[in-house]
Amino acid sequence: MASNQTLLTAGTEDRDLTRLEEYRAVGGYEALAKARALEPQAVMDEITAATLRGRGGAGFPMGRKASLLAKDTGRPVYLVVNADESEPGAFKDRDVMRFTPHRLIEGCLITAHGIGSTSVFIYIRGEYLHEFEVTRAALEETRKAGLLAGVTIVLHRGAGAYICGEETALLESLEGSRGQPRPRPPFPPVTGLYDAPTQINNVSTIALVPKVLELGAAEFAKIGVPSAPGTAVFSLSGNVAQPGNYERPLGTTLRELIYDIGGGVANGRELKAVIPGGSSVPVLTPDEIDTPMDYDSIQAAGSFFGSAAIIVVDDRCCMVQLALRAAQFYMHESCGKCTPCRVGTRWLVQLLTRIEAGEAAPTDLELLENVCDRMLGRSLCALGDFAVYPVSSYLRKYRAEFEAHVTGAGCPFVGESSIEGIIAPIAQHAHPVPEVVGG
Amino acid sequence: MRPEAVAEIQRIRKRYPRSRSAVMDALRIAQTEHGGWLPPEAFREVADALDVTPAYCHSIASFYDMYHLEPVGEHLVEVCTNLSCALAGAQAVLDAFASELGVRPGETTEDGGFTLRAVECAGGCGRAPVVVVDHVYHEPVRPEDVAGLVEGLRGE
Repeated sequence: MASNQTLLTAGTEDRDLTRLEEYRAVGGYEALAKARALEPQAVMDEITAATLRGRGGAGFPMGRKASLLAKDTGRPVYLVVNADESEPGAFKDRDVMRFTPHRLIEGCLITAHGIGSTSVFIYIRGEYLHEFEVTRAALEETRKAGLLAGVTIVLHRGAGAYICGEETALLESLEGSRGQPRPRPPFPPVTGLYDAPTQINNVSTIALVPKVLELGAAEFAKIGVPSAPGTAVFSLSGNVAQPGNYERPLGTTLRELIYDIGGGVANGRELKAVIPGGSSVPVLTPDEIDTPMDYDSIQAAGSFFGSAAIIVVDDRCCMVQLALRAAQFYMHESCGKCTPCRVGTRWLVQLLTRIEAGEAAPTDLELLENVCDRMLGRSLCALGDFAVYPVSSYLRKYRAEFEAHVTGAGCPFVGESSIEGIIAPIAQHAHPVPEVVGG
Repeated sequence: MRPEAVAEIQRIRKRYPRSRSAVMDALRIAQTEHGGWLPPEAFREVADALDVTPAYCHSIASFYDMYHLEPVGEHLVEVCTNLSCALAGAQAVLDAFASELGVRPGETTEDGGFTLRAVECAGGCGRAPVVVVDHVYHEPVRPEDVAGLVEGLRGE
């Protein structure tokens, strides 16, 4: 396995790939020329053969997704790129736009050719102003160089809403509505943007497409693991000595990522917990870090690959406070459409607040589990589940710490937790939190 | 809004098959025109530009975090307090801004110079804690950097 082979970040060590001529110097847009010389189906066959899986979270194979696009509908086919990166812990897509925007644009043009689309929308999270400007400048160079060949690429800026990373909420937002998820079916490949067949992929997935064409499926599949070929950009953050983005083959273990690449836990502290895929996935304990980071292995270990955003937590952190801070985020971001998510996220915050304050009844831990059970799988999109995974997994794996909050006189860290007193944006608003019945 | 701003909205509108898709950019332009927030007349202006109702424009603005429905300070200071930034000490950075500016998170200084707010994950977790000032990222920011940062902004 070529462990140092990079795909997404290739060439960035010694070149400014935001510039077209520099990108061309490393073979940029040659894959596009290759693709355009092929029949569209041959392009998609290559992507399918490479088993290029979605780097945004769900890991769905891109080629299979494209095969679901409705044919001969008399409507246009749209390509929508999800650049609304907002998962806490994730910052990989930002770097794609910031450092290799041409790789994203080339991926868009190859994919557009493959699916027979002439209309591409890139939905960029509103906060990423600099990244939007860099991508816009790159797009202008591409246009001037005559590479668009009749394809329009519209950069659409979001305005601050985590939910818009959910594909149907993103489509609603792009159509000018509040970003609230749609019921499915129909799925976007059949009825997506403006009621037309729509292919939606994450920035990092699309930006890998040129390399798939350049290397060919067979070579691409030699990197990573058979069920998930290629590389991923792993985002290391939290209490790790050298945080940052690191591109490595899929299947690299969490231990390698945290210790060999990230330099271990910062300040010589003890490792307490690892959140492997962004704040929405179940936590792993130190004895589980030999798990390889690929979709299937991490799922077998009881968590999710998510956006490969690895948050390292050291022994100074109170897990009740961490669960509360995560729950506050999901309460803030719940779009309000589905009752279990809208109300459940508020109940989680309220229960965790009183557990942390030492004001919980002994039965409140069961009540917390009960609320989690009643939220799971009961909303239109995954946000209702994402709110549950941190809370239920911290409670299950750090149960003694939660119990100490209930049976003792409050937080056992007595004001010394590393995230003590952290203020969430919801604390700035005047939303009254409804009382939880019981407890 | 200035006529140039209205013309810009009409240009953006043409990028989309349905004009409502331009509402987010239109609100962003209107907000800039009105000094960083969206007063009632901004909704009427955007509504006129896109042939929609002011109530519809308000329903969009109230959904997203980056539209302000109340006046904000000349400078907007946003401190990320999500997990990775919290683990890297964001609370001390937020406290430093609060004490330097004399306001609590969510408030605007009396002279209208600064609005301070805690925000959710800004996507700079690898260089935490992240502070975003007037939409420009500063990463990382330590509590000891805060006084100098504020002084620089006051001098602008």
